[in-house]
Amino acid sequence: IESLKMEPLADVAMLPGEERVIDKDIIYICPFNAAVKGKVFITNYRLYFKNTDSTPVTLDVPLGVISRVEKMGGASSRGENSYGLEITCKDMRNLRFALKQEGHSRRDIFEIIFKYAFPLSHGMQLFAFLSQEKYEENGWNVYEAMEEYRRQVLPNSEWRVTFINKNYELCDTYPTILVVPYKATDEDLRRVAAFRSRCRIPVLSWFHKENHAVIMRCSQPLVGMSGKRNKDDERYLDLIREANGTTKLTIYDARPNVNAVANKATGGGYEGDDAYQNAELVFLDIHNIHVMRESLKKLKDIVYPNVEESHWLSSLESTHWLEHIKLVLSGAIQVADKVSSGSSVVVHCSDGWDRTAQLTSLAMLMLDSYYRTLRGFQVLLEKEWISFGHKFASRIGHGDKNHADQDRSPIFLQFIDCVWQMTKQFPTAFEFNERLLVVILDHLYSCRFGTFLYNCESARESNNVRGKTVSLWSFVNSDTSLYINPFFTPESSRVLYPVASMRHLELWVTYYIRWNPRILHQQQSPVEQRYKELLAVRDQYLKKLEELQLSDSTHLTNSSTPNAATPNQHITHLQTPF
Amino acid sequence: MLSLGSVGAKSTKPSFVSYVTPEEIKLEKEPPKKLKHPDLLPGEVEFCSANPILKYTQDDLSQRGVFGTLFCTNFRITFISDEKSQEETTKTFKNKLYGENDIPLMFVDHIYGVYDEKRKLITGALVKNKYPSKIIIHCKDLRVFQFCLTYTKEEDAKKIFQGIAHHCLEEKSLKCVFAFSYTGTPSPEMQRKRETILFDSPEDWTQEMKRTKANCRLVTENENFELSQRLPKYFVIPSALGDLFSYQGKGFPIWCWSHYSGCALFKASLPPVTQEDGDFQKHFDIMINAVAHNYLYSAKTEDLSESLPTIQDIQQSYNKFKQFFLIENSTDFWLSDMKWFSSLESSGWLDIIRQCLQKAVEVVECLEKDNTNVLITEEEGTDLCCVISSLVQIMLDPYYRTLMGFQSLVQKEWVAGCHAFLDRCNHLHQKDKECYSPVFLLFLECVWQLVQQHSPAFQFSETYLTVLSDSVHMPVFSTFLFNSAHHRESVLKHQRQLSLPSTAFKTPFKKGFFKDETDSLKKMLRVKRLSRWMGSPDSTAAISREFYESWQQRPLDYHGLLLPCLDGPAVRVWMQRYLRWIPEVHILGGGSVAVMTKLMELLSQVQDLKRVLEQRDSSQAAKPDHRPYIQHRLLSFGSSGRLPSSFPFAYSRNRSFKPIIPTGLMQCLMLTDSLASQEDEASSFVSLV
Repeated sequence: IESLKMEPLADVAMLPGEERVIDKDIIYICPFNAAVKGKVFITNYRLYFKNTDSTPVTLDVPLGVISRVEKMGGASSRGENSYGLEITCKDMRNLRFALKQEGHSRRDIFEIIFKYAFPLSHGMQLFAFLSQEKYEENGWNVYEAMEEYRRQVLPNSEWRVTFINKNYELCDTYPTILVVPYKATDEDLRRVAAFRSRCRIPVLSWFHKENHAVIMRCSQPLVGMSGKRNKDDERYLDLIREANGTTKLTIYDARPNVNAVANKATGGGYEGDDAYQNAELVFLDIHNIHVMRESLKKLKDIVYPNVEESHWLSSLESTHWLEHIKLVLSGAIQVADKVSSGSSVVVHCSDGWDRTAQLTSLAMLMLDSYYRTLRGFQVLLEKEWISFGHKFASRIGHGDKNHADQDRSPIFLQFIDCVWQMTKQFPTAFEFNERLLVVILDHLYSCRFGTFLYNCESARESNNVRGKTVSLWSFVNSDTSLYINPFFTPESSRVLYPVASMRHLELWVTYYIRWNPRILHQQQSPVEQRYKELLAVRDQYLKKLEELQLSDSTHLTNSSTPNAATPNQHITHLQTPF
Repeated sequence: MLSLGSVGAKSTKPSFVSYVTPEEIKLEKEPPKKLKHPDLLPGEVEFCSANPILKYTQDDLSQRGVFGTLFCTNFRITFISDEKSQEETTKTFKNKLYGENDIPLMFVDHIYGVYDEKRKLITGALVKNKYPSKIIIHCKDLRVFQFCLTYTKEEDAKKIFQGIAHHCLEEKSLKCVFAFSYTGTPSPEMQRKRETILFDSPEDWTQEMKRTKANCRLVTENENFELSQRLPKYFVIPSALGDLFSYQGKGFPIWCWSHYSGCALFKASLPPVTQEDGDFQKHFDIMINAVAHNYLYSAKTEDLSESLPTIQDIQQSYNKFKQFFLIENSTDFWLSDMKWFSSLESSGWLDIIRQCLQKAVEVVECLEKDNTNVLITEEEGTDLCCVISSLVQIMLDPYYRTLMGFQSLVQKEWVAGCHAFLDRCNHLHQKDKECYSPVFLLFLECVWQLVQQHSPAFQFSETYLTVLSDSVHMPVFSTFLFNSAHHRESVLKHQRQLSLPSTAFKTPFKKGFFKDETDSLKKMLRVKRLSRWMGSPDSTAAISREFYESWQQRPLDYHGLLLPCLDGPAVRVWMQRYLRWIPEVHILGGGSVAVMTKLMELLSQVQDLKRVLEQRDSSQAAKPDHRPYIQHRLLSFGSSGRLPSSFPFAYSRNRSFKPIIPTGLMQCLMLTDSLASQEDEASSFVSLV
């Protein structure tokens, strides 16, 4: 297979389409050891460092994770290793390199890293468009909107599929296929769009097969200072409520109350009591993207390069990172609880692409066991995050040199952290493991796959992402065994409510502190290892038994032993005699 | 609740050793109670009772509850519901000695009374004819009970309140402890092949010296406590130590453990302070010299009372810490949630755990890396010395990570080693709180951190440690009831003395290797060695960091040296112990219990298959196998994910999913003999939790 043919670059296998740009002798100032002499290789995809002295250190950093490159020290700086480069990464680490002070030795490498790490700022293409990787699986087929809606038993007598947005005319940040109340006409939708920020009207995210309650997502209503009302929007929300006979529609506004009020000044706002008589509004007090960005920055300060020692717990608390996680999770729990009790809900924040995506996708993860499978989780991300326009390009800043851009925010990371917290609390409920979550985050930044590029479907379509890049799911699904949780026990009907208490929330050490060699990193938990060993023993016994039964049936032609074909049948058969 | 072996094996007074024997776990099918009286233990006597009493349920905000009868006996406070509790019928795992609604008197930590909406701490002194409308009981195992007395006749309410207050709070004599009334006898099935070593006989000590190839001298002169009542009956000292009677019973370097290299760990109380300064120094020098003589003439000494928190610090810290878990209602719980991490930090409890582990690592480094003898000292030599020496031995010696080994260690360092359990646990509610301090719990906390970080290296699980931490206050066992070996013997006089004639023992081993060295050389060596140890705290921290890192870089050997990671995120709260009774944090179908259930299911499948295969083999050889099947095979598939994370301690009620409780799970949670012996002989130490 061609995808496996890779050129050697020092010790690392280059990707098809990857090209070497420069090699250079350099000193890596490792914060955990000391300065390490070695060689750095820059390709159009990665920065690779290998020691040449005795300290075994390698670095393999996709250029996409770099958010900032700076020169450190000047030609006249004193002190050892004071002249070089400082690289800030998006994945919770910084890299420092030192070079010889003579002859502007860092100029070429600085410029090359700057250019290749931020290709979009230099009129170049992201690596995903240059990659020639090929996989047997095509990850772009993982999510087909119609297929997913059909899985949810949609459309039906209460909900219809509309193609009103087929050319992104109704809303340019929504996908083309939308599910809306059966009774709402396309004309109604257009009028509602006029009253919703960026035309992101309430559309269906998830349908409860038993009680027919729904999760709807949207942006804030354009109430403004004057407290404008819109009869069509009011009627539309009532249609949502009526669809399954919910007595009072619950509107979850993800923002803190004060922020929602403040949004009125810029034309936004929230659904008022008098205008929406059959609805109740609940504020979930989740802060905005700027607060989250600062929180993560503080977290990085206390874990990299060294873990804060003397006041670890109060330092951790002062970052508020886990507190935000708690609020997001408890918001999602409220949504899931409401829906499972039979009431339909509407979820929005300001624009409906950050906090809203977090809440709906987490609630769906709690309500629907399908999303807890490896494939289902991919569908969930494709649907709630990618197709509904979470602004990945703006939030991550793929290939963009403006590291201080105010649009940057770790909203998606925060969501993945919430998922991780759930997998910790329910170790048997998820088909995928922690490794999948880390791989997703690594490739959120790497720009190797097209999955997380661009802000919305319409931009992805006009740039032909599906045609020109490889999906992350092609990579993942070509070797799923790496991402399978052996303890997974499928349970279809159970709602999973995590405990959103600080007592249970913990810092995801294996992600946030993974660069620190002092922190214990168990590749595989000992219990998991033992479990896998036992699985192997079981399979061995089963095989032996099957062989014996086979030889029995050849010896005794009138044997009544059923010839069980699968291990499970064996087990049930074996259970009964005892 | 846990179903546990109930009574002791060796002596008439049971010990925790025989108490926690997972092999004996049996399912107990209890007949439904008709009589509204408690099932009394042998020797238990009912004092008073009152009905109707409303017991508040902790599960929700609304102050709902159940009516029933409250009893006070010489063993416990117990509540018996008028309704037939559902738990009683569904619960398979329960503690054999006390149930969900039982509070053994020694478990009572504090009692609060609510008078006209005001909450007051009840102390021993009571105002006659006044009783609260509600009593709130905080237990040492962190349960919280709330009883409402307003529905009861005034006379009964007064009687039960005064009875409870009297029996739980008044200073009492040791003879009043239930252990002396308890008449239960060990059942024959309690006899086990492998016994915990109790270290109450000279043989136990010689055996231990032999096991660790120690080159020390057994002291039998204290058999009748002539040397000191604060010293163990038998103990081991450096062979170079001379006349014991000149020490006034203090300042002996007592041998704890020998490293395979020959160097050893010793602990000592400080020499009497009444002596002149010069005498003190002289005495100290003799002590160190004797220790140094043990191996290659090097010794390091560390005064733990200077480098670690005092027992009062420990007590204060724990008092703050435990408050965060004595949750009376949901509102309090969520209010305290936001400041959770800083609250934890302000108690300083985790930091004390870290400091103890850090100190133990430093001692381990001396023994393992420098092969230097170590002498740890402390005023009494029976508190932090026990913590550190036990931790060092667990880190260095895999034997102490087995169940029997661990129990033997507790016997060696703590019980035979004269830790003052009675005073430290304040079993008798003495008003003088100075001597009360949860030192033994601190040790268990440190062990838990190690178990948490390296669970496969231990044969026992965290559940074992949690049950052990409770059983310290269980007045049925004598193990944790006394202040010293002498105390134990003088109280339990009727017991058979386990001593042997001292002639059975040889006199001291040959004199030290460096006997002929000149004094100056000794002094020089010692000063050099000591100076490094006494270096600034920063430098020792940096050095042990290096030691940890080099250990960490090597492949982890569960049968070898074990070190804890002490970075901020690595030192954690013992969730099982502290959160088990708080319904708000129970994860239904989650937590590590869910994984264990899966593991048990698979294990039972494997065992069934193995049995079927064996039977086929034996049927061909015409030898049918009638061995009883292992209980946990009864696990129903698909039941996994239904247990609350607080299993096997608390059960959540009022949830949409009533958990189905599989049987036999405790076997796996506590011990994995069956697994270890069948599948993988090489890893008999491996625990599953």
